[in-house]
Parts: sequence; structure tokens; C-alpha cells
Amino acid sequence: MAEAMLELSGLTKRFGGLTAVDHVDLQIHAGEVVGLVGDNGAGKSTLIKMISGVYHPDEGTIQFHGKEVKMGSPIDALHLGIETLYQDLALAENLNVYSNIFLGREKTKPFLGFIQVLDHDTMHVEASKVLKRLEIEIPSLKSQIKNLSGGQRQAVAISRSIYWNAKLLIMDEPTAALGVAEQRKVLDLVRLLRSQNIPVIVISHQMYDIFSVTDRLVVMRRGKKAAERITKETTPDEVVGLITGSEEVERKAGTGS
Amino acid sequence: MPETVLAARRRSATVLWMGRNWALLFLLLEVAFFSILGSRFQSLENLQNIFVACLPVLILGMGQTFVIITGGIDLSVGFVMGFGAVICAKFMVILQAAGLPPSASIPLAAVICLVVGVIPGFVNGTLVARLKVPPFLATFGMYGIAYGVSEIVSENTPISGLPALAGVIGNEYIFYIIPRKLFSFLVRPGNASPEDMRAMLSIIPTIVAIAFIFVIVFAFILRRTRFGQHTYAIGGNMDAATRSGINVPRHLTWVYVISSCFASLSGIMYALKYVTGRADAGSARMLDSVVAVVIGGASLYGGTGNVKGTIVGALIIATLETGMVNLGVPSHNRYIAIGMILVLAVLIDQFFPELVGKGE
Repeated sequence: MAEAMLELSGLTKRFGGLTAVDHVDLQIHAGEVVGLVGDNGAGKSTLIKMISGVYHPDEGTIQFHGKEVKMGSPIDALHLGIETLYQDLALAENLNVYSNIFLGREKTKPFLGFIQVLDHDTMHVEASKVLKRLEIEIPSLKSQIKNLSGGQRQAVAISRSIYWNAKLLIMDEPTAALGVAEQRKVLDLVRLLRSQNIPVIVISHQMYDIFSVTDRLVVMRRGKKAAERITKETTPDEVVGLITGSEEVERKAGTGS
Repeated sequence: MPETVLAARRRSATVLWMGRNWALLFLLLEVAFFSILGSRFQSLENLQNIFVACLPVLILGMGQTFVIITGGIDLSVGFVMGFGAVICAKFMVILQAAGLPPSASIPLAAVICLVVGVIPGFVNGTLVARLKVPPFLATFGMYGIAYGVSEIVSENTPISGLPALAGVIGNEYIFYIIPRKLFSFLVRPGNASPEDMRAMLSIIPTIVAIAFIFVIVFAFILRRTRFGQHTYAIGGNMDAATRSGINVPRHLTWVYVISSCFASLSGIMYALKYVTGRADAGSARMLDSVVAVVIGGASLYGGTGNVKGTIVGALIIATLETGMVNLGVPSHNRYIAIGMILVLAVLIDQFFPELVGKGE
């Protein structure tokens, strides 16, 4: 297999006496969607936060494109191309679509020769290009985020990451607050990203999402990587068993009968 | 499409426009009301007086607009204005005593005042942005400190002995026109006959013109530049702003510095207009500045507001004041009226959120 894009080895994070993430190894390859599942408190979020630069690991290493990286802050992760979409999406609701895509990195043009002013036209055009590439339809890029639906917001957040050359996208519960039709659109978007060779890590509690969109599943339990499965070769029942920790017991019972 | 649907749609668009611009309509009604009841209310002289009267509120409101858009509030502006007036007056007196001509001492004192005016804003901004003190409390602390320091600097008495030129700048006009006879720029004609003096038109008070330049520059910054965009973004979602790589603490510090510099500018204008400096120069103006910004469509939760709205808000307050004087209504009634307008504005914000002026 080709060299992994992201490789975690022995990643560990402790909070006082609690070991939130305990020697986790994980590889992510280009163009694959990996589901990260586990019960509340299993260590998924902590693991993600180490990859996105929010927490510093106590032990272990993170390699990105074959090089070991140490991230001091989320900005460092962004510079590497690791983009994380949290549930709140981090959009400014009072600004419009393209302003959010360009937030913090606005395009400017000179005015009267010496003052740099916002270049709304360029931002509008560039934003509509990236939305088109992702097959996202939003009626007007000048509408404020607060007038958009949950799925459209998710799409804007994804477009922002993609525009800024995300090399790895991490999505935390991307479909949690959405209606059924919108969930489907977001999942289509994840598949589209895969087809464009951008790897995605999806954290989700929704078995349907996990099974419809991922290639591989990583199950976390009590801070440890409890199991790893190719999605096609497993079943929701098995995964639920792995999450709760009852799978080994069931398997023994199964072989007994 | 049937005619009736089109008509209905046009009607609802009109209603929406009226809702969005209720403050502007309110201002026009106010002007109409006082024009009918008052005497010579709509005269050129009186209309220009309204512009002069709105200056303290407008100038304090400019800085307050930036602060409120970020979701904060600056309660210190009134006393920072007093601090500015005292510092400016004091330095005019000191520099004059040091032998500088008024043409040098006045601008120099004004510049010193603006530079010193950075301090309260820097302290406010540092407290709010880096030490996470709620804006309400941080600036309330500065409210007391600025007042106390101004009283010390002014030794509890209004500062007097300013150069006479200060009063000229503060009270004269840009153009003087005697119809068909004379056109004068900046210089008031001294030797005209009494009937010419009566016919003379004085156009654009100098301090209104000075204020206008600052208002235009900062309206431009808010509307057209990255700084303005980031100001709105911080008010909309501070977390999002941080994660987009905006240096939020530094930006907020700048916003509070802008607010205190505008307060100092208002202090300078007070010193020019009244040829004195006193610690309580702007004590009643803090509330007015917040009212002007809120009437102008800004939400105290942050993320919305604009300079155009603040100008309308300041004019509403100034028209009310001027109109009440014109009608001979005792001035304490203005506080009741302004308080009621504030409550009205907040109620509109509360119940018709779709009407609130949107961020650009």
C-alpha cells in the first residue's frame, strides 16, 4: 500500500489521572473516508483534537506526508492543510457566504492607489467556482449565513476548507443537526471529496452514515483503539458490539452454538 | 402574474423598507413636527445648529459603533471625552505659556490629546480582549478612573485662558456669503454694514466639517476594509474569527483604542467650542452615544450596525434637543424622551429581528 498521508503512532493524552487516549495507532490514506466511532467518552474527540492541533500529545508521534509534525496551535494544523469542521461549523452568521469562505484571508484590491479594500467581485467569483466544483447549490452567495439551512451551512464550511487546500478533512458529527434530505447531501459531498482524493475522517453516532459513506471503521473504547474494520466486511450489529464491548462475548457464544 | 399579486408584493416590499428605515422616517417625522410647531425651526441657521448639536453624540457614537458591532460596549466614552477636553485645554494653556503662537499650540495640543487618548482605550481593550473582563465592567472601571484623573488634571475647576483662536475654530463657519456681494472662505467679514450682516449666510460650521472627515474615513474603514470585515466577524462569531486566523485580542484592543480616540476627539471639539476644558464635559453623552448606535440598527449582541445608522441616531437625538429648546420645553424632558426612544429601538430589535440593519 502507498505511504499513509497521516500516520499516528502510540498517540497518548492524559488529563490528570485519566488516560483519554491510550497509545492509538492509525493510518489514513489519500482518498479514503474513515469513520471514527465509539461511545461518549471513548476518546474520539481528544484524538481528533490532537490531530487538529488543539491538544498536544503526551506520548507518540503524528506524521503527515511522511514527516513528523508538532503542532502548537490549530493554526499550525491549518497551515499543514488539516481542516477540522466542528459541529458549530465556526461560521459568522452575520456575514454572507463568500465572506465566510474568505474569512481571515480576504481578497483585496487597491483603492486610490494606496488603500487596500475588500475585493467583493473576486471573492464572489472564486467562491462560486469552489461551490460549483463541489456541486453545491446555494441561491445567492450574498445571503447571510443565518438565512441558510443546516445543510447549506455545512456545505459552506466544507467549501471553505476545500478552497484553502485542505489535504485532510475531519468532520465531527456532520449530519447531527440536519433533516433527512440534507443529511444525504452532506454524505454525497463526502463521497465527492473522496473522488477528488481528499481523505476524510468522520466522527458519527449515526450507523447509517457510517455505513453509507466510509471505507474503513475505527472503533474507540475507553481511550484505546478497540478494533478496525473494512466497512464492507462488517455489519452494524458487529460495530455496535465493538463500541459497547460486548462483541467478544457474543462471538464466543456464536462459535459455541 | 396577476396584477393583485404584484401589487401586494410591491406593498409588502414597501412595508419592509419602512420597517428597515424606521429610524430615518422617525427623524423626518421629528423634523416635520418641530417645523410645524416651532418658530423658524427649518431655518438654515437652526438646521446647522442641529448638526453642531449632534456632534458629541455622533463622534462618541462612531467609536461606540465599532465597539458595539464586536458585541461589546464602551461606558467610559463620556468621561474619556471630559478627559480629552481637559488634556487638550491644559496643553493649549501650557504651550501658549511656553511662547507658541496659537496656530501651533492648538493643533499640537489636539495631537497630544489624541495620543494620550490611546491610553484609556488600550487599557479597556487589554482588559476585555486579553484578560477576559466583561466589556461592561472593564469600561465602567475606566468611567470612574477617567473622571477622577480629569478632575486631578483640571484641579476641580474648568480650565480657562485658552488661545482666542480656539473659539474661532470652534464657532465659526467655512463659508460666509452675503448674497450678490461677498463670498468669504473661513474669514468672517468684519466691516460689513448691519443690513449686510443680517443678510449674511454662514455655511458649514468648521467643527462639523472636521468631524465629517473623521466620520467618512472611519465609515470607509468599517465598510470597505478587512479591518471592518473582521470587526463584523468578531461580533458575529468570535470563535469563528479566531479559528480563521484573525488575531482577535489585537483587533479588539484596536477597536477600544478607536473608541477612546473618538472620545478624545469629541473632547477636543468641546474645548474648541466652549474655549474651556472640564472633567464633566461629556458626562451626559455616554447614554446618548449608545442610544444613537442602537437606534441606528445595531444589536447589543453584536454583529450588526453601521455608520449611516449611527448618523441617523445622532440626528434624532440632536433634533429632539434642538426642537425642545425651540419650543421652550424644559431640558430635563429630553432624558425622558431619549430613554423612551432607546426602549422603542430595543423593542423593535427584539420583536422584528428581520428589520435590524444587516452587517455589510
